[in-house]
Amino acid sequence: MSSFKPTKIPVYPKLGEKVTQETLYWKDYKAPIQIKEFGAITNLDFSPVAPHNFAVTAFTRIHIYGPFSQEPVKTFTKFKDNAYCGRFRSDGQLLVAGCEDTQVRLFDVCGKVALRMFKGHTKAVHVTDFTSDRYQIFTGSDDYTCRLWDIPNSTELLSYQEHTDYIRCGITSKLNSNLFITGSYDHTLKVFDTRTDKSVLSMDHGQPVESLLLYPSEGLLVSAGGRYVKVWDLLKAGEPLVSLKNHHKTVTCLCLSSNGQRLLSGSLDRHVKVYNTTTYKVVHNFDYAASILSLGLAPNDESIVVGMTNGILSIKHRKGSEDSKEGVVQQRRRPSYRVFVKGKNYVPKQDDYLIGKPVKEHLAKYDRQLKKFNVSKALDTALETYTRTRKPEITVAVIKELDRRGKLKNALAGRDEQGLSRLLSFLIGHVVNQRFAPVLITAADMILDIYRSTIGQSPVIDRQLLRLQDLIEREIDYEQDLLEVLGMLDAIFACSLPKKEVPSSNISRQNGLTQGESSTTVPPQIQTS
Amino acid sequence: MVEHGEIRVVHRGGSKINFRQPVFTHDSRFLLCASANAVKVFSASTEECVHHLVGHTDLVTGLILRPSNHLQVFSCSLDGTVRLWDYDDGILIKTFVVGFPIYSIYASGSHDGVLFLTIPAKNDKRSDAFQLVAVQLPQSSEQLVEAREISAVLPDVSANPGAISFGRAGQYIASVCGLHLEVFFFKKQKSFRFSLKEENNKGIKNTFTCAACHPKEDCIATGHEDGKIRLWRNFSHKKEYTHSALHWHHDAVGALSFTPEGTNLLSGGVESVLVLWRYNQETQKDFLPRLGAAIAHIAVSPDGSLFCTAHSDNKITVIHSYVRVSAVIQGLVRGDRIWTDLVVDPRSKALVMNGKPGHLQFYSLQRDKLLYNLDIVQQEYIHESGLDQFEVVKVDFDAGGNWLATVEERKQNSAELELNLKLWAFDEQTQSFVLNTTVPAPHEDRISDLSFSPDRTTLLVSASRDGHFKAWALAPPTDAEDQSPSWCCDFVASYHGLAPHCCGFSADGSLLAVGFQEVVTVWSTASWELLTTLSQPPGHVRNLCFGRLSCSKYLLGTTTKNQLCCWNLLSCSLEWSTSMDVTLLLADPLSENMAAFCFEAGSTDLFVFKPSEPRPLFSHKAVCSGRVLRAVFSPREELLEGCEEDVQWLNSSRLFFFTPSMDLMTFSTKAEEDRLMASSKQLVIGDQVSMTPFNLLLGKRGQTEGQEVAAGSERVQPPQGSSAVKELLQTPAHVLPSTSYLCSMFVQSLLISTSDKREQNNVTEEEMESEKEEDDSEDEETQSSAVKPDVASGGGRTGDPTDPGLTKAQTKELRRVRKLDYSWLRDLD
Repeated sequence: MSSFKPTKIPVYPKLGEKVTQETLYWKDYKAPIQIKEFGAITNLDFSPVAPHNFAVTAFTRIHIYGPFSQEPVKTFTKFKDNAYCGRFRSDGQLLVAGCEDTQVRLFDVCGKVALRMFKGHTKAVHVTDFTSDRYQIFTGSDDYTCRLWDIPNSTELLSYQEHTDYIRCGITSKLNSNLFITGSYDHTLKVFDTRTDKSVLSMDHGQPVESLLLYPSEGLLVSAGGRYVKVWDLLKAGEPLVSLKNHHKTVTCLCLSSNGQRLLSGSLDRHVKVYNTTTYKVVHNFDYAASILSLGLAPNDESIVVGMTNGILSIKHRKGSEDSKEGVVQQRRRPSYRVFVKGKNYVPKQDDYLIGKPVKEHLAKYDRQLKKFNVSKALDTALETYTRTRKPEITVAVIKELDRRGKLKNALAGRDEQGLSRLLSFLIGHVVNQRFAPVLITAADMILDIYRSTIGQSPVIDRQLLRLQDLIEREIDYEQDLLEVLGMLDAIFACSLPKKEVPSSNISRQNGLTQGESSTTVPPQIQTS
Repeated sequence: MVEHGEIRVVHRGGSKINFRQPVFTHDSRFLLCASANAVKVFSASTEECVHHLVGHTDLVTGLILRPSNHLQVFSCSLDGTVRLWDYDDGILIKTFVVGFPIYSIYASGSHDGVLFLTIPAKNDKRSDAFQLVAVQLPQSSEQLVEAREISAVLPDVSANPGAISFGRAGQYIASVCGLHLEVFFFKKQKSFRFSLKEENNKGIKNTFTCAACHPKEDCIATGHEDGKIRLWRNFSHKKEYTHSALHWHHDAVGALSFTPEGTNLLSGGVESVLVLWRYNQETQKDFLPRLGAAIAHIAVSPDGSLFCTAHSDNKITVIHSYVRVSAVIQGLVRGDRIWTDLVVDPRSKALVMNGKPGHLQFYSLQRDKLLYNLDIVQQEYIHESGLDQFEVVKVDFDAGGNWLATVEERKQNSAELELNLKLWAFDEQTQSFVLNTTVPAPHEDRISDLSFSPDRTTLLVSASRDGHFKAWALAPPTDAEDQSPSWCCDFVASYHGLAPHCCGFSADGSLLAVGFQEVVTVWSTASWELLTTLSQPPGHVRNLCFGRLSCSKYLLGTTTKNQLCCWNLLSCSLEWSTSMDVTLLLADPLSENMAAFCFEAGSTDLFVFKPSEPRPLFSHKAVCSGRVLRAVFSPREELLEGCEEDVQWLNSSRLFFFTPSMDLMTFSTKAEEDRLMASSKQLVIGDQVSMTPFNLLLGKRGQTEGQEVAAGSERVQPPQGSSAVKELLQTPAHVLPSTSYLCSMFVQSLLISTSDKREQNNVTEEEMESEKEEDDSEDEETQSSAVKPDVASGGGRTGDPTDPGLTKAQTKELRRVRKLDYSWLRDLD
């Protein structure tokens, strides 16, 4: 007849975030490499050419790191004060950086001394960038001006003074050498065209603007300021597209993943959030130890580099796909594999008559004991250390099964001090777990019934019983508090929802109900899972 | 009231087959079972029902093979008759009228012409006192015979047929009742009585439950309430008797039986384990565990090769003597009560209800056969009396039959209720339901109603006594790992803390009506807004039903205070109401008809009506006594063309219902019954093989072949060197197919079929004629050649008859040359 049905072990859903393709992709990084810099890391810039070194601007230095080195391959230290915004030119040969001392320096990546010095700003220069024709430099400064410089002559070409506060971010167009965009603490973003003497477009972000980003197609502009990340459509004259408010502190930096499908934002709240650029929903979240000031993503998302206020540079490299493959191959080459598959892949010929071998079903040890009605032994098996600590759901399922068979009392009775202490420690560990509570409370009741007479004989058991009592008292207090909170929430919900009259007056009169009895909706209750 | 004319209530299968011990026929091919008012003859190998022996007018209570003729069987019934049947042909031979309700029947080979019957004690007014009597069967050739020669044998016996057993060669009869074992010796006409104490010092009950006598030795085995089996010996003396106890069963022994040679003793009980004890070596036991339900009866075939156990879940298991199950005959399982509503599976059109504990049964209404059991609880069932077990309490299918929702619950003695809501997806590949989602504790209290949305969107609503109803919807997979969608809670609502008792969807699935005690709330399923409330106090709403098709604007409700209300949902007002105690309200899914079962004066009446008018289309007074609590409309396979007004409601679907005594009944017209009877007559199969398409195909061939063989056997024909014989003798044995396959071919080759013979005769005649012709006109070769091919024995044309000198190869060459194209020669000119 039918075979023994093994005890059902319930599968509990894992708590925490759900596993999606995104999380798998973004989790596929190695443990971060952390490098201590001298001060807050204000800027990170990846070289556009291989091997994609990146420049780290921190305190009075700019370090250049190679893709896999933990030591800087190059250091620029000729700054008299804090350096800002070290950026590579599109050919990766030159590097420009602003400074607290109002001067803008241009370096050769291979050299040490500044090639050019651009003097003219009256306050610290926080923004520097090359234009796309590679011969000019655009800068933005705390003196509210942004200027354009010629590299060969190191002369100032243009100066715009339209902002009314510090200019802290800016970006040049990669497609048009005449365009650049600035963001300022006066809450505005301005688009400048060097062929005109005024800004051509101005957008109001509503918060001091901290960071700017242009999409590769340059149709969309992303700005970060305050807790908001906003996306603007430049082709529609700067119409706001989306406003994202996912951080709870100021957003300081923005970055696009290499395929342009994901947008990353780093914030002072120590999170980096990854957005889907089609839906603008957060798809992943990274946590860091300190407030984030700068963020960089290597081409092909090979590494994520984050600079923080405490001067720590965190570099995460993507796990090489070849590593995992090698592991699989190695596993398969175990010598026992062939032994296991021997004869398994034999394909029967057409006229062969197959005689099935009865499949011997495997039963867990506790199931074998349950099959023989050895209830005490089954409980002992389920209480073995490994099961008890690693898979408490098995232990609970066996206790539940024994209870269903009406044999739990028999299984619990007749234990010595050691056995009882093991049982009690399991109860103490799990009786307040909401998933196990209904089963374990019955078991605890029975234990108390059975062993009531032996209380006081063993100090170990007595101590555990006291702990159990303490635990349960605390749990009852918690539950009471929670119920109170729930009641308060209900009251708040009931007040906040608009009262809606059900069109029932008509019917109730017809049905002989008085008007006073007419009913109102009860707000749908939130299900507590 | 409308005249109900020819519509009547008909019993429609599902009757018990485990009521009494099944009987094996002498050749072990058939199994006879008492089944309600009939005796069913099952084939022991194919599990098919071969014959229905119909004739008794009340419950059949016993069966026994006639000791003097093994092709005949006696059956006794509560209607006071004993009938003699020929089970092979399914014919009633004789009816003996005894005149008392008979509870069991016994016979022995050494008492020819005498039957032993259990009948109520005459002088005793108690209803549970029975006596064993011997009835002399009168020798008469008439069909209907009065058997009045009754003599009492034992005064105080049990009504349980397993409690009485004939001893070795019919010398004595043993009966157990209460705490006594009584043995009656026929030769001495004297009985001995042995008693046990009611309880021994451990407080275990000693009551006898059953008895069996060893066929070859003087030994009686008795089963007891406490699970012991006692073997009594030396009982022909009042004092010196001995008994020894065997103890394996932990619960009462349900049935005992010795094998015909007395080498083994079989016992079974609540544990549903068949125990095979070796006689005289009782420490050696064989077990057949997990037979599914408590064993009520054990029978052994006369040759000892087959055992058969009847179980409490209306099942008979046929078991080989080497303790392997060989066949299972399963009837409609009726547990202690029907928990679930009756549902019709949209795919198989089978009736679905709870069956074995923790299972759903799919029961074919057309064929009166259990299709399969679906294990819902998926837990090892512990066979122990007094244990709380999981029961399937609610079940529903979605409209397409792709999803099945079940609720199982277990009420523990004092602690809280265990509830599971399970959703099953239909798997096309395995053609069965596969568990998709389990929701442990979906509600805090019992689920009072469960309903799927009738349109194609997958939406399930469960209403519970905890005051909430929840809507469950199919959610897309949330994790990257698992692919299949699963169900999750979509919406929870309550209404003034009242407990919902019933819920129902409108035909298009846009509205949901939930009955909260006295108030009916109507919700929109699209936005989950409360649209309106309807109420018609006093009385709690018991049933809610939306009208269908043209009446879909009506909502019908019944209340506990004997009200049937019909609301118009367009005007939100009461359309009509009437005062009747409706226990069950059903909507026909294929028409706008509704059926209401009303309880009145101790019996149930049926009214069929359309919601649009408060006038019954059909009514039937007193369909049965007591309340009808479960009924279902089942769609017909083919529509009927009843045109009278009161029959029309039966055209598209049939109405089935369960009486309080758990009989499945239906409504049927006279014409339909006749047609069914005719078709069932055709279906009676004469042989033990099951009626499969294969069998229909091959069986027919076998029959015709058999006839041919019979025809051919009349002539004696010496074997000739036919090709089949040659093939048989000359091919090496290892490449030959099996002999059974060749046998018929070989035999056939030895015969000369009649048609062949005639042909040959014709041929010889023609031959003679043509020879004559040849003689007549030697030069007219072409004409004769037209006749000749028929004469040729080699088959096919054998070249030019005029040129006998040419060999085959030569004629072929000639033909080839003739076909060649010589036109190119012309160009040479």
